[in-house]
Amino acid sequence: MSRALGPFAAVLDRDLLLAWRGRADVLVTLAFFVVVVCLFPFGVGAEPNQLRAIAPGVLWVAALLSTLLSLHRLFAQDHVDGTLEQLLLSPEPTVLWVVAKISAHWIATGLPLVVAAPALALLFDVEQSALGVLVLSLALGTPILALLGAVGAALTLGLRGGGMLLALLVLPLFVPVLIFGAGAVDAHLSGSGAQAHLLLLGGGLLGALALAPLACAAALRIAVE
Amino acid sequence: MQWESWSAFWDMGGFAAFVWGSYGVTALLVVGELILVMRRRRDTVRRLLRLRRATAAGVNGRRAFEEIVE
Amino acid sequence: MIKDMDKPERSKSLLRFAAPQMFYPLAGRLAPWFAAAAVIFVGIGIWLGFFVAPTDAQQGEVYRVIYIHVAAAWMSMFVYLLMAFWSAVGLVMNTRLSFIMAQALAPTGAMFCFVALWTGALWGKPTWGAYWVWDARLTSQLLLLFLYLGFMALTRAIEDPRRADKAGAIIALVGAINVPIIYFSVKWWNTLHQGASVSLNKAPSMATTMLVGMLVMAIAAWAYTIAITLWRVRSLILERERHTEWVAAELNALEGKV
Repeated sequence: MSRALGPFAAVLDRDLLLAWRGRADVLVTLAFFVVVVCLFPFGVGAEPNQLRAIAPGVLWVAALLSTLLSLHRLFAQDHVDGTLEQLLLSPEPTVLWVVAKISAHWIATGLPLVVAAPALALLFDVEQSALGVLVLSLALGTPILALLGAVGAALTLGLRGGGMLLALLVLPLFVPVLIFGAGAVDAHLSGSGAQAHLLLLGGGLLGALALAPLACAAALRIAVE
Repeated sequence: MQWESWSAFWDMGGFAAFVWGSYGVTALLVVGELILVMRRRRDTVRRLLRLRRATAAGVNGRRAFEEIVE
Repeated sequence: MIKDMDKPERSKSLLRFAAPQMFYPLAGRLAPWFAAAAVIFVGIGIWLGFFVAPTDAQQGEVYRVIYIHVAAAWMSMFVYLLMAFWSAVGLVMNTRLSFIMAQALAPTGAMFCFVALWTGALWGKPTWGAYWVWDARLTSQLLLLFLYLGFMALTRAIEDPRRADKAGAIIALVGAINVPIIYFSVKWWNTLHQGASVSLNKAPSMATTMLVGMLVMAIAAWAYTIAITLWRVRSLILERERHTEWVAAELNALEGKV
Protein backbone atom coordinates (compact mmCIF):
# COMPACT_ATOMS: atom_id res chain seq x y z
CA MET A 1 0.00 0.00 0.00
CA SER A 2 2.63 2.47 1.08
CA ARG A 3 4.77 1.40 -1.87
CA ALA A 4 1.96 2.12 -4.28
CA LEU A 5 1.39 5.47 -2.64
CA GLY A 6 5.08 6.32 -2.66
CA PRO A 7 5.15 7.96 -6.10
CA PHE A 8 1.75 9.51 -5.43
CA ALA A 9 3.00 11.20 -2.28
CA ALA A 10 6.28 12.20 -3.93
CA VAL A 11 4.57 13.96 -6.85
CA LEU A 12 1.98 15.52 -4.54
CA ASP A 13 4.72 16.84 -2.24
CA ARG A 14 6.75 18.20 -5.11
CA ASP A 15 3.82 19.96 -6.78
CA LEU A 16 2.62 21.46 -3.52
CA LEU A 17 6.12 22.72 -2.81
CA LEU A 18 6.28 24.27 -6.28
CA ALA A 19 2.87 25.85 -5.77
CA TRP A 20 4.02 27.24 -2.44
CA ARG A 21 7.15 28.75 -3.98
CA GLY A 22 5.10 30.27 -6.76
CA ARG A 23 2.30 31.34 -4.43
CA ALA A 24 1.86 34.66 -6.21
CA ASP A 25 0.31 32.71 -9.13
CA VAL A 26 -2.03 30.94 -6.76
CA LEU A 27 -3.08 34.20 -5.17
CA VAL A 28 -3.86 35.64 -8.60
CA THR A 29 -6.42 32.87 -9.15
CA LEU A 30 -8.03 33.67 -5.82
CA ALA A 31 -7.95 37.40 -6.49
CA PHE A 32 -9.58 36.83 -9.87
CA PHE A 33 -12.37 34.88 -8.16
CA VAL A 34 -12.97 37.67 -5.66
CA VAL A 35 -12.90 40.43 -8.28
CA VAL A 36 -15.28 38.66 -10.65
CA VAL A 37 -17.77 38.04 -7.86
CA CYS A 38 -17.56 41.68 -6.76
CA LEU A 39 -18.25 42.91 -10.30
CA PHE A 40 -21.76 41.51 -10.42
CA PRO A 41 -23.49 43.99 -8.11
CA PHE A 42 -22.16 46.78 -10.33
CA GLY A 43 -23.66 45.08 -13.34
CA VAL A 44 -27.06 44.03 -12.02
CA GLY A 45 -27.61 46.59 -9.29
CA ALA A 46 -27.33 46.28 -5.52
CA GLU A 47 -30.93 45.44 -4.79
CA PRO A 48 -30.59 42.92 -1.89
CA ASN A 49 -33.33 40.52 -3.00
CA GLN A 50 -31.87 40.29 -6.47
CA LEU A 51 -28.35 39.79 -5.11
CA ARG A 52 -29.58 37.02 -2.83
CA ALA A 53 -31.23 35.34 -5.80
CA ILE A 54 -28.20 35.39 -8.06
CA ALA A 55 -25.53 34.72 -5.40
CA PRO A 56 -25.19 30.93 -5.84
CA GLY A 57 -24.97 31.21 -9.59
CA VAL A 58 -22.49 34.08 -9.47
CA LEU A 59 -20.20 32.31 -7.00
CA TRP A 60 -20.30 29.12 -9.03
CA VAL A 61 -19.67 30.76 -12.39
CA ALA A 62 -16.78 32.72 -10.88
CA ALA A 63 -15.31 29.53 -9.38
CA LEU A 64 -15.63 27.86 -12.75
CA LEU A 65 -13.85 30.68 -14.58
CA SER A 66 -11.07 30.83 -11.98
CA THR A 67 -10.55 27.10 -12.37
CA LEU A 68 -10.40 27.51 -16.13
CA LEU A 69 -7.79 30.26 -15.88
CA SER A 70 -5.45 28.20 -13.75
CA LEU A 71 -5.79 24.98 -15.77
CA HIS A 72 -3.12 25.68 -18.37
CA ARG A 73 -0.51 25.74 -15.59
CA LEU A 74 -1.30 22.17 -14.62
CA PHE A 75 1.15 20.51 -17.04
CA ALA A 76 2.74 23.40 -18.94
CA GLN A 77 5.83 23.88 -16.76
CA ASP A 78 6.54 20.15 -16.54
CA HIS A 79 6.10 19.89 -20.29
CA VAL A 80 8.62 22.65 -20.99
CA ASP A 81 11.34 21.42 -18.63
CA GLY A 82 11.00 17.75 -19.59
CA THR A 83 9.69 16.51 -16.25
CA LEU A 84 6.57 15.21 -17.95
CA GLU A 85 8.58 13.05 -20.31
CA GLN A 86 10.60 11.64 -17.43
CA LEU A 87 7.43 10.86 -15.51
CA LEU A 88 5.90 9.13 -18.54
CA LEU A 89 9.06 7.05 -18.99
CA SER A 90 9.14 6.06 -15.34
CA PRO A 91 7.79 2.62 -14.41
CA GLU A 92 5.21 4.11 -12.04
CA PRO A 93 1.60 3.88 -13.24
CA THR A 94 0.76 7.09 -15.10
CA VAL A 95 -2.72 7.36 -13.63
CA LEU A 96 -1.28 7.46 -10.12
CA TRP A 97 0.91 10.51 -10.57
CA VAL A 98 -1.67 12.17 -12.81
CA VAL A 99 -4.13 12.01 -9.90
CA ALA A 100 -1.39 13.32 -7.61
CA LYS A 101 -0.76 16.30 -9.87
CA ILE A 102 -4.47 17.07 -10.17
CA SER A 103 -4.87 16.79 -6.39
CA ALA A 104 -2.00 19.18 -5.79
CA HIS A 105 -3.43 21.56 -8.35
CA TRP A 106 -6.84 21.48 -6.68
CA ILE A 107 -5.34 22.03 -3.21
CA ALA A 108 -3.44 25.05 -4.55
CA THR A 109 -6.18 26.62 -6.68
CA GLY A 110 -9.54 25.04 -5.79
CA LEU A 111 -9.37 24.84 -2.02
CA PRO A 112 -8.75 28.59 -1.55
CA LEU A 113 -11.93 29.27 -3.54
CA VAL A 114 -13.91 26.92 -1.31
CA VAL A 115 -12.57 28.71 1.76
CA ALA A 116 -13.17 32.21 0.40
CA ALA A 117 -16.67 31.52 -0.93
CA PRO A 118 -18.64 31.91 2.35
CA ALA A 119 -17.13 35.33 2.99
CA LEU A 120 -18.09 36.45 -0.52
CA ALA A 121 -21.55 34.96 -0.08
CA LEU A 122 -22.05 37.29 2.86
CA LEU A 123 -21.46 40.24 0.53
CA PHE A 124 -24.55 39.03 -1.32
CA ASP A 125 -26.49 38.70 1.94
CA VAL A 126 -26.92 34.94 1.57
CA GLU A 127 -28.62 33.30 4.54
CA GLN A 128 -26.05 31.95 6.96
CA SER A 129 -27.66 28.53 7.05
CA ALA A 130 -26.90 28.14 3.33
CA LEU A 131 -23.17 28.77 3.73
CA GLY A 132 -22.50 25.17 4.74
CA VAL A 133 -24.26 23.88 1.64
CA LEU A 134 -22.34 26.32 -0.51
CA VAL A 135 -19.00 25.20 0.89
CA LEU A 136 -19.95 21.55 0.56
CA SER A 137 -21.13 21.97 -3.03
CA LEU A 138 -17.89 23.75 -3.97
CA ALA A 139 -15.80 21.19 -2.11
CA LEU A 140 -17.46 18.39 -4.10
CA GLY A 141 -17.74 20.27 -7.38
CA THR A 142 -14.42 22.03 -7.89
CA PRO A 143 -12.43 18.75 -7.85
CA ILE A 144 -14.67 17.56 -10.71
CA LEU A 145 -13.80 20.74 -12.59
CA ALA A 146 -10.09 20.11 -11.96
CA LEU A 147 -10.38 16.48 -13.15
CA LEU A 148 -12.31 17.32 -16.33
CA GLY A 149 -10.14 20.35 -16.96
CA ALA A 150 -6.99 18.26 -16.64
CA VAL A 151 -8.09 16.23 -19.68
CA GLY A 152 -8.51 19.42 -21.69
CA ALA A 153 -5.18 20.79 -20.41
CA ALA A 154 -3.40 17.59 -21.47
CA LEU A 155 -5.04 17.61 -24.92
CA THR A 156 -4.08 21.23 -25.63
CA LEU A 157 -0.59 20.96 -24.15
CA GLY A 158 1.91 23.07 -26.08
CA LEU A 159 -0.56 24.25 -28.72
CA ARG A 160 -0.63 27.80 -29.99
CA GLY A 161 -3.78 29.53 -28.75
CA GLY A 162 -4.22 26.67 -26.31
CA GLY A 163 -5.97 28.85 -23.73
CA MET A 164 -9.02 29.68 -25.81
CA LEU A 165 -9.15 26.16 -27.17
CA LEU A 166 -9.08 24.79 -23.65
CA ALA A 167 -12.04 26.99 -22.70
CA LEU A 168 -14.03 25.82 -25.72
CA LEU A 169 -13.25 22.18 -24.94
CA VAL A 170 -14.04 22.08 -21.25
CA LEU A 171 -16.71 24.72 -20.61
CA PRO A 172 -19.56 22.63 -22.10
CA LEU A 173 -18.41 19.72 -19.94
CA PHE A 174 -18.58 21.94 -16.84
CA VAL A 175 -22.28 22.69 -17.30
CA PRO A 176 -23.68 19.75 -15.27
CA VAL A 177 -21.37 20.61 -12.35
CA LEU A 178 -22.56 24.21 -12.49
CA ILE A 179 -26.19 23.12 -12.54
CA PHE A 180 -25.93 20.80 -9.55
CA GLY A 181 -23.51 23.04 -7.62
CA ALA A 182 -25.51 26.24 -7.83
CA GLY A 183 -28.70 24.20 -7.69
CA ALA A 184 -27.72 22.74 -4.32
CA VAL A 185 -27.66 26.18 -2.70
CA ASP A 186 -30.88 27.24 -4.44
CA ALA A 187 -32.60 24.05 -3.34
CA HIS A 188 -31.52 24.60 0.25
CA LEU A 189 -32.76 28.19 0.20
CA SER A 190 -36.11 27.22 -1.31
CA GLY A 191 -36.58 24.66 1.46
CA SER A 192 -36.57 21.54 -0.71
CA GLY A 193 -33.24 20.34 0.65
CA ALA A 194 -29.88 20.06 -1.06
CA GLN A 195 -29.32 16.39 -0.40
CA ALA A 196 -30.14 15.16 -3.91
CA HIS A 197 -27.87 17.76 -5.54
CA LEU A 198 -24.99 17.00 -3.20
CA LEU A 199 -25.37 13.25 -3.72
CA LEU A 200 -25.30 13.75 -7.47
CA LEU A 201 -22.21 15.93 -7.15
CA GLY A 202 -20.58 13.25 -5.02
CA GLY A 203 -21.47 10.62 -7.59
CA GLY A 204 -20.08 12.86 -10.31
CA LEU A 205 -16.87 13.26 -8.36
CA LEU A 206 -16.46 9.48 -8.05
CA GLY A 207 -17.21 9.02 -11.74
CA ALA A 208 -14.76 11.73 -12.75
CA LEU A 209 -12.14 10.31 -10.42
CA ALA A 210 -12.53 6.92 -12.06
CA LEU A 211 -12.52 8.03 -15.72
CA ALA A 212 -10.84 11.43 -16.11
CA PRO A 213 -7.33 10.35 -15.00
CA LEU A 214 -7.39 7.56 -17.60
CA ALA A 215 -8.30 9.98 -20.37
CA CYS A 216 -5.78 12.49 -19.02
CA ALA A 217 -2.97 9.93 -18.97
CA ALA A 218 -3.77 8.88 -22.53
CA ALA A 219 -3.85 12.51 -23.65
CA LEU A 220 -0.48 13.22 -22.02
CA ARG A 221 1.08 10.25 -23.78
CA ILE A 222 -0.25 11.50 -27.10
CA ALA A 223 0.97 15.03 -26.45
CA VAL A 224 4.50 14.02 -25.53
CA GLU A 225 4.96 11.22 -28.08
CA MET B 1 -54.16 18.96 -52.44
CA GLN B 2 -53.52 21.26 -49.52
CA TRP B 3 -53.38 24.63 -51.23
CA GLU B 4 -55.96 26.67 -53.07
CA SER B 5 -53.38 28.61 -55.03
CA TRP B 6 -49.64 29.11 -55.31
CA SER B 7 -49.88 32.39 -53.44
CA ALA B 8 -51.58 30.56 -50.57
CA PHE B 9 -48.72 28.06 -50.65
CA TRP B 10 -46.05 30.76 -50.49
CA ASP B 11 -47.96 32.56 -47.74
CA MET B 12 -47.97 29.44 -45.49
CA GLY B 13 -50.97 30.63 -43.56
CA GLY B 14 -49.17 33.83 -42.58
CA PHE B 15 -46.07 32.02 -41.32
CA ALA B 16 -44.07 32.47 -44.53
CA ALA B 17 -41.08 34.11 -42.82
CA PHE B 18 -40.73 31.30 -40.30
CA VAL B 19 -41.27 28.37 -42.64
CA TRP B 20 -39.26 29.70 -45.59
CA GLY B 21 -36.65 31.12 -43.24
CA SER B 22 -36.08 27.62 -41.92
CA TYR B 23 -36.01 25.90 -45.29
CA GLY B 24 -34.03 28.67 -46.96
CA VAL B 25 -31.22 28.73 -44.41
CA THR B 26 -31.04 24.95 -44.40
CA ALA B 27 -30.79 24.89 -48.19
CA LEU B 28 -28.07 27.56 -48.11
CA LEU B 29 -26.06 25.63 -45.55
CA VAL B 30 -26.37 22.37 -47.47
CA VAL B 31 -25.37 23.98 -50.77
CA GLY B 32 -22.56 25.85 -49.03
CA GLU B 33 -21.24 22.65 -47.50
CA LEU B 34 -21.34 20.92 -50.87
CA ILE B 35 -19.41 23.77 -52.47
CA LEU B 36 -16.84 23.75 -49.68
CA VAL B 37 -16.31 20.00 -49.98
CA MET B 38 -15.96 20.14 -53.78
CA ARG B 39 -13.57 23.06 -53.55
CA ARG B 40 -11.54 21.30 -50.91
CA ARG B 41 -11.19 18.32 -53.21
CA ARG B 42 -10.03 20.55 -56.07
CA ASP B 43 -7.59 22.49 -53.86
CA THR B 44 -6.13 19.32 -52.38
CA VAL B 45 -5.48 17.77 -55.78
CA ARG B 46 -4.00 21.00 -57.15
CA ARG B 47 -1.75 21.46 -54.17
CA LEU B 48 -0.50 17.89 -54.31
CA LEU B 49 0.19 18.26 -58.03
CA ARG B 50 2.15 21.46 -57.42
CA LEU B 51 4.02 19.82 -54.59
CA ARG B 52 4.99 16.95 -56.85
CA ARG B 53 6.14 19.23 -59.65
CA ALA B 54 8.13 21.15 -57.09
CA THR B 55 9.93 18.12 -55.74
CA ALA B 56 10.52 16.83 -59.26
CA ALA B 57 12.05 20.15 -60.22
CA GLY B 58 14.97 19.36 -57.93
CA VAL B 59 17.71 21.74 -59.04
CA ASN B 60 15.27 24.48 -59.85
CA GLY B 61 14.11 24.15 -56.28
CA ARG B 62 13.98 27.83 -55.65
CA ARG B 63 11.60 28.64 -58.48
CA ALA B 64 9.45 25.68 -57.51
CA PHE B 65 9.37 26.89 -53.95
CA GLU B 66 8.09 30.25 -55.09
CA GLU B 67 5.45 28.47 -57.12
CA ILE B 68 4.16 26.72 -54.04
CA VAL B 69 4.20 29.82 -51.93
CA GLU B 70 2.40 31.87 -54.57
CA MET C 1 -18.67 -4.37 -57.43
CA ILE C 2 -21.31 -6.05 -55.34
CA LYS C 3 -20.71 -9.21 -57.36
CA ASP C 4 -17.05 -9.02 -56.43
CA MET C 5 -17.88 -8.90 -52.79
CA ASP C 6 -20.04 -11.99 -53.08
CA LYS C 7 -17.08 -14.11 -54.06
CA PRO C 8 -16.24 -16.14 -50.97
CA GLU C 9 -12.47 -15.62 -50.93
CA ARG C 10 -12.85 -11.82 -51.05
CA SER C 11 -15.99 -11.24 -49.04
CA LYS C 12 -14.20 -12.83 -46.12
CA SER C 13 -12.10 -9.73 -45.72
CA LEU C 14 -14.48 -6.80 -45.82
CA LEU C 15 -11.94 -5.34 -43.44
CA ARG C 16 -9.64 -4.73 -46.38
CA PHE C 17 -11.61 -1.52 -46.90
CA ALA C 18 -10.08 -0.30 -43.65
CA ALA C 19 -6.99 0.44 -45.72
CA PRO C 20 -7.24 4.02 -47.03
CA GLN C 21 -5.97 2.85 -50.42
CA MET C 22 -8.90 0.47 -50.78
CA PHE C 23 -11.48 2.79 -49.26
CA TYR C 24 -10.65 5.76 -51.46
CA PRO C 25 -12.07 4.31 -54.73
CA LEU C 26 -14.96 2.67 -52.87
CA ALA C 27 -15.94 6.02 -51.37
CA GLY C 28 -15.72 7.63 -54.78
CA ARG C 29 -18.06 5.05 -56.28
CA LEU C 30 -20.58 5.04 -53.44
CA ALA C 31 -20.91 8.78 -52.77
CA PRO C 32 -22.87 9.73 -55.93
CA TRP C 33 -25.45 7.03 -55.22
CA PHE C 34 -26.06 8.33 -51.72
CA ALA C 35 -26.20 11.88 -53.04
CA ALA C 36 -28.80 10.82 -55.60
CA ALA C 37 -30.77 9.02 -52.89
CA ALA C 38 -30.66 12.19 -50.77
CA VAL C 39 -32.06 14.29 -53.61
CA ILE C 40 -34.85 11.79 -54.30
CA PHE C 41 -35.83 11.45 -50.65
CA VAL C 42 -35.78 15.20 -50.08
CA GLY C 43 -38.10 15.51 -53.08
CA ILE C 44 -40.50 12.91 -51.72
CA GLY C 45 -40.26 14.35 -48.21
CA ILE C 46 -41.04 17.89 -49.34
CA TRP C 47 -43.92 16.67 -51.47
CA LEU C 48 -45.37 14.66 -48.56
CA GLY C 49 -44.74 17.42 -46.07
CA PHE C 50 -46.15 20.31 -48.06
CA PHE C 51 -48.74 18.83 -50.37
CA VAL C 52 -50.05 15.67 -48.75
CA ALA C 53 -49.83 16.23 -44.99
CA PRO C 54 -52.74 18.24 -43.58
CA THR C 55 -52.51 21.54 -41.72
CA ASP C 56 -51.88 21.09 -38.01
CA ALA C 57 -55.02 21.86 -36.04
CA GLN C 58 -53.24 23.79 -33.28
CA GLN C 59 -50.20 25.35 -34.88
CA GLY C 60 -51.37 25.97 -38.43
CA GLU C 61 -48.89 25.85 -41.29
CA VAL C 62 -45.84 26.77 -39.24
CA TYR C 63 -45.56 23.18 -38.01
CA ARG C 64 -44.16 22.28 -41.44
CA VAL C 65 -40.74 23.27 -40.11
CA ILE C 66 -40.87 19.92 -38.34
CA TYR C 67 -39.73 18.08 -41.47
CA ILE C 68 -36.26 19.56 -41.32
CA HIS C 69 -36.11 20.35 -37.62
CA VAL C 70 -36.59 16.79 -36.39
CA ALA C 71 -34.41 15.24 -39.08
CA ALA C 72 -31.60 17.70 -38.30
CA ALA C 73 -31.86 17.19 -34.54
CA TRP C 74 -31.76 13.40 -34.89
CA MET C 75 -28.90 13.58 -37.34
CA SER C 76 -26.82 15.87 -35.14
CA MET C 77 -27.03 13.36 -32.30
CA PHE C 78 -26.44 10.28 -34.44
CA VAL C 79 -23.43 11.87 -36.08
CA TYR C 80 -21.87 12.60 -32.68
CA LEU C 81 -22.41 8.98 -31.65
CA LEU C 82 -20.87 7.84 -34.94
CA MET C 83 -17.88 10.10 -34.33
CA ALA C 84 -17.44 8.61 -30.88
CA PHE C 85 -17.80 5.12 -32.35
CA TRP C 86 -15.12 5.68 -34.99
CA SER C 87 -12.90 7.34 -32.39
CA ALA C 88 -13.18 4.31 -30.12
CA VAL C 89 -12.47 1.95 -33.04
CA GLY C 90 -9.47 4.08 -33.97
CA LEU C 91 -8.04 4.08 -30.46
CA VAL C 92 -8.58 0.34 -29.95
CA MET C 93 -7.58 -0.99 -33.39
CA ASN C 94 -5.23 1.88 -34.31
CA THR C 95 -6.75 2.23 -37.77
CA ARG C 96 -6.06 5.57 -39.42
CA LEU C 97 -9.22 5.45 -41.50
CA SER C 98 -11.42 5.45 -38.38
CA PHE C 99 -9.95 8.75 -37.22
CA ILE C 100 -10.38 10.20 -40.70
CA MET C 101 -14.04 9.13 -40.64
CA ALA C 102 -14.58 10.86 -37.30
CA GLN C 103 -13.04 14.07 -38.58
CA ALA C 104 -14.96 13.96 -41.86
CA LEU C 105 -18.25 13.55 -39.98
CA ALA C 106 -17.79 16.48 -37.59
CA PRO C 107 -18.57 19.47 -39.88
CA THR C 108 -21.77 17.87 -41.14
CA GLY C 109 -22.85 17.06 -37.59
CA ALA C 110 -22.19 20.64 -36.55
CA MET C 111 -24.13 21.88 -39.57
CA PHE C 112 -27.17 19.78 -38.65
CA CYS C 113 -26.84 20.91 -35.05
CA PHE C 114 -27.00 24.52 -36.16
CA VAL C 115 -29.94 23.78 -38.48
CA ALA C 116 -31.82 22.18 -35.59
CA LEU C 117 -31.22 25.27 -33.43
CA TRP C 118 -32.09 27.71 -36.20
CA THR C 119 -35.31 25.98 -37.23
CA GLY C 120 -36.18 25.45 -33.56
CA ALA C 121 -35.89 29.19 -32.97
CA LEU C 122 -38.01 30.08 -36.01
CA TRP C 123 -40.60 27.51 -35.04
CA GLY C 124 -40.56 28.63 -31.43
CA LYS C 125 -41.34 32.29 -32.07
CA PRO C 126 -44.89 31.83 -33.40
CA THR C 127 -45.56 28.73 -31.26
CA TRP C 128 -44.46 29.80 -27.78
CA GLY C 129 -43.79 33.47 -28.43
CA ALA C 130 -40.02 33.43 -28.06
CA TYR C 131 -37.16 32.54 -30.36
CA TRP C 132 -35.39 30.82 -27.55
CA VAL C 133 -36.51 29.18 -24.32
CA TRP C 134 -34.10 27.46 -21.97
CA ASP C 135 -35.76 24.16 -22.56
CA ALA C 136 -33.81 20.97 -21.91
CA ARG C 137 -33.80 19.89 -25.53
CA LEU C 138 -32.76 23.25 -26.96
CA THR C 139 -30.09 23.75 -24.32
CA SER C 140 -28.55 20.32 -24.80
CA GLN C 141 -28.57 20.93 -28.54
CA LEU C 142 -26.64 24.15 -27.99
CA LEU C 143 -24.09 22.38 -25.81
CA LEU C 144 -23.79 19.65 -28.45
CA LEU C 145 -22.89 22.36 -30.97
CA PHE C 146 -20.15 23.54 -28.60
CA LEU C 147 -18.85 19.97 -28.35
CA TYR C 148 -18.69 19.77 -32.15
CA LEU C 149 -16.88 23.10 -32.36
CA GLY C 150 -14.41 22.01 -29.68
CA PHE C 151 -13.66 18.78 -31.55
CA MET C 152 -13.15 20.60 -34.84
CA ALA C 153 -11.03 23.34 -33.28
CA LEU C 154 -8.81 20.82 -31.50
CA THR C 155 -8.18 18.59 -34.52
CA ARG C 156 -7.38 21.63 -36.66
CA ALA C 157 -5.12 23.24 -34.05
CA ILE C 158 -2.77 20.24 -33.86
CA GLU C 159 -0.40 20.07 -36.80
CA ASP C 160 0.90 16.53 -36.39
CA PRO C 161 -1.89 14.39 -37.89
CA ARG C 162 -1.27 11.45 -35.60
CA ARG C 163 -1.56 13.57 -32.48
CA ALA C 164 -4.60 15.37 -33.94
CA ASP C 165 -6.27 12.01 -34.64
CA LYS C 166 -5.83 10.65 -31.16
CA ALA C 167 -6.47 13.89 -29.27
CA GLY C 168 -9.68 14.35 -31.27
CA ALA C 169 -10.70 10.79 -30.52
CA ILE C 170 -10.25 11.33 -26.79
CA ILE C 171 -12.29 14.52 -26.70
CA ALA C 172 -15.01 12.89 -28.83
CA LEU C 173 -15.26 10.02 -26.35
CA VAL C 174 -15.20 12.33 -23.32
CA GLY C 175 -17.95 14.36 -24.98
CA ALA C 176 -20.01 11.27 -25.79
CA ILE C 177 -19.89 10.15 -22.15
CA ASN C 178 -20.98 13.62 -21.13
CA VAL C 179 -23.85 14.06 -23.57
CA PRO C 180 -26.35 11.99 -21.52
CA ILE C 181 -25.12 13.62 -18.30
CA ILE C 182 -25.58 17.06 -19.82
CA TYR C 183 -29.05 16.17 -21.07
CA PHE C 184 -30.09 14.79 -17.69
CA SER C 185 -28.69 17.73 -15.75
CA VAL C 186 -30.26 20.30 -18.04
CA LYS C 187 -33.61 18.53 -17.82
CA TRP C 188 -33.37 18.50 -14.03
CA TRP C 189 -32.43 22.19 -13.97
CA ASN C 190 -35.23 23.01 -16.38
CA THR C 191 -37.96 21.30 -14.38
CA LEU C 192 -36.82 23.11 -11.25
CA HIS C 193 -36.73 26.54 -12.82
CA GLN C 194 -39.55 26.62 -15.28
CA GLY C 195 -41.96 23.94 -14.29
CA ALA C 196 -44.01 22.41 -17.06
CA SER C 197 -45.23 25.78 -18.34
CA VAL C 198 -43.46 25.37 -21.65
CA SER C 199 -44.19 22.07 -23.25
CA LEU C 200 -42.53 21.31 -26.52
CA ASN C 201 -44.67 18.28 -27.14
CA LYS C 202 -46.19 18.23 -30.56
CA ALA C 203 -49.87 17.98 -31.16
CA PRO C 204 -51.08 14.87 -29.31
CA SER C 205 -52.06 12.92 -32.38
CA MET C 206 -49.91 13.34 -35.43
CA ALA C 207 -51.33 12.48 -38.79
CA THR C 208 -49.66 9.45 -40.35
CA THR C 209 -48.61 11.45 -43.40
CA MET C 210 -46.75 13.89 -41.13
CA LEU C 211 -44.88 11.03 -39.51
CA VAL C 212 -44.03 9.43 -42.83
CA GLY C 213 -42.83 12.78 -44.18
CA MET C 214 -40.56 13.20 -41.15
CA LEU C 215 -39.10 9.72 -41.58
CA VAL C 216 -38.48 10.26 -45.29
CA MET C 217 -36.65 13.50 -44.51
CA ALA C 218 -34.61 11.70 -41.86
CA ILE C 219 -33.59 9.10 -44.46
CA ALA C 220 -32.62 11.93 -46.80
CA ALA C 221 -30.46 13.45 -44.06
CA TRP C 222 -28.72 10.10 -43.57
CA ALA C 223 -28.04 9.74 -47.29
CA TYR C 224 -26.73 13.30 -47.49
CA THR C 225 -24.46 12.79 -44.49
CA ILE C 226 -23.03 9.60 -45.93
CA ALA C 227 -22.41 11.16 -49.34
CA ILE C 228 -20.74 14.31 -48.09
CA THR C 229 -18.68 12.42 -45.51
CA LEU C 230 -17.38 10.03 -48.17
CA TRP C 231 -16.37 12.98 -50.36
CA ARG C 232 -14.62 14.64 -47.45
CA VAL C 233 -12.89 11.40 -46.53
CA ARG C 234 -11.44 11.22 -50.04
CA SER C 235 -9.73 14.60 -49.72
CA LEU C 236 -8.43 13.73 -46.27
CA ILE C 237 -7.05 10.40 -47.50
CA LEU C 238 -5.25 12.04 -50.42
CA GLU C 239 -3.60 14.52 -48.06
CA ARG C 240 -2.58 11.93 -45.51
CA GLU C 241 -1.28 9.43 -48.05
CA ARG C 242 0.43 11.89 -50.37
CA HIS C 243 3.80 10.15 -50.08
CA THR C 244 2.50 6.78 -51.27
CA GLU C 245 2.73 5.38 -54.76
CA TRP C 246 -0.98 4.87 -55.22
CA VAL C 247 -1.65 8.56 -54.61
CA ALA C 248 1.04 9.37 -57.19
CA ALA C 249 -0.81 7.13 -59.66
CA GLU C 250 -4.12 8.77 -58.74
CA LEU C 251 -2.58 12.20 -59.29
CA ASN C 252 -1.30 11.08 -62.70
CA ALA C 253 -4.86 10.22 -63.62
CA LEU C 254 -6.14 13.56 -62.31
CA GLU C 255 -3.47 15.73 -63.91
CA GLY C 256 -5.06 18.20 -66.29
CA LYS C 257 -8.59 17.29 -65.21
CA VAL C 258 -8.79 19.54 -62.19
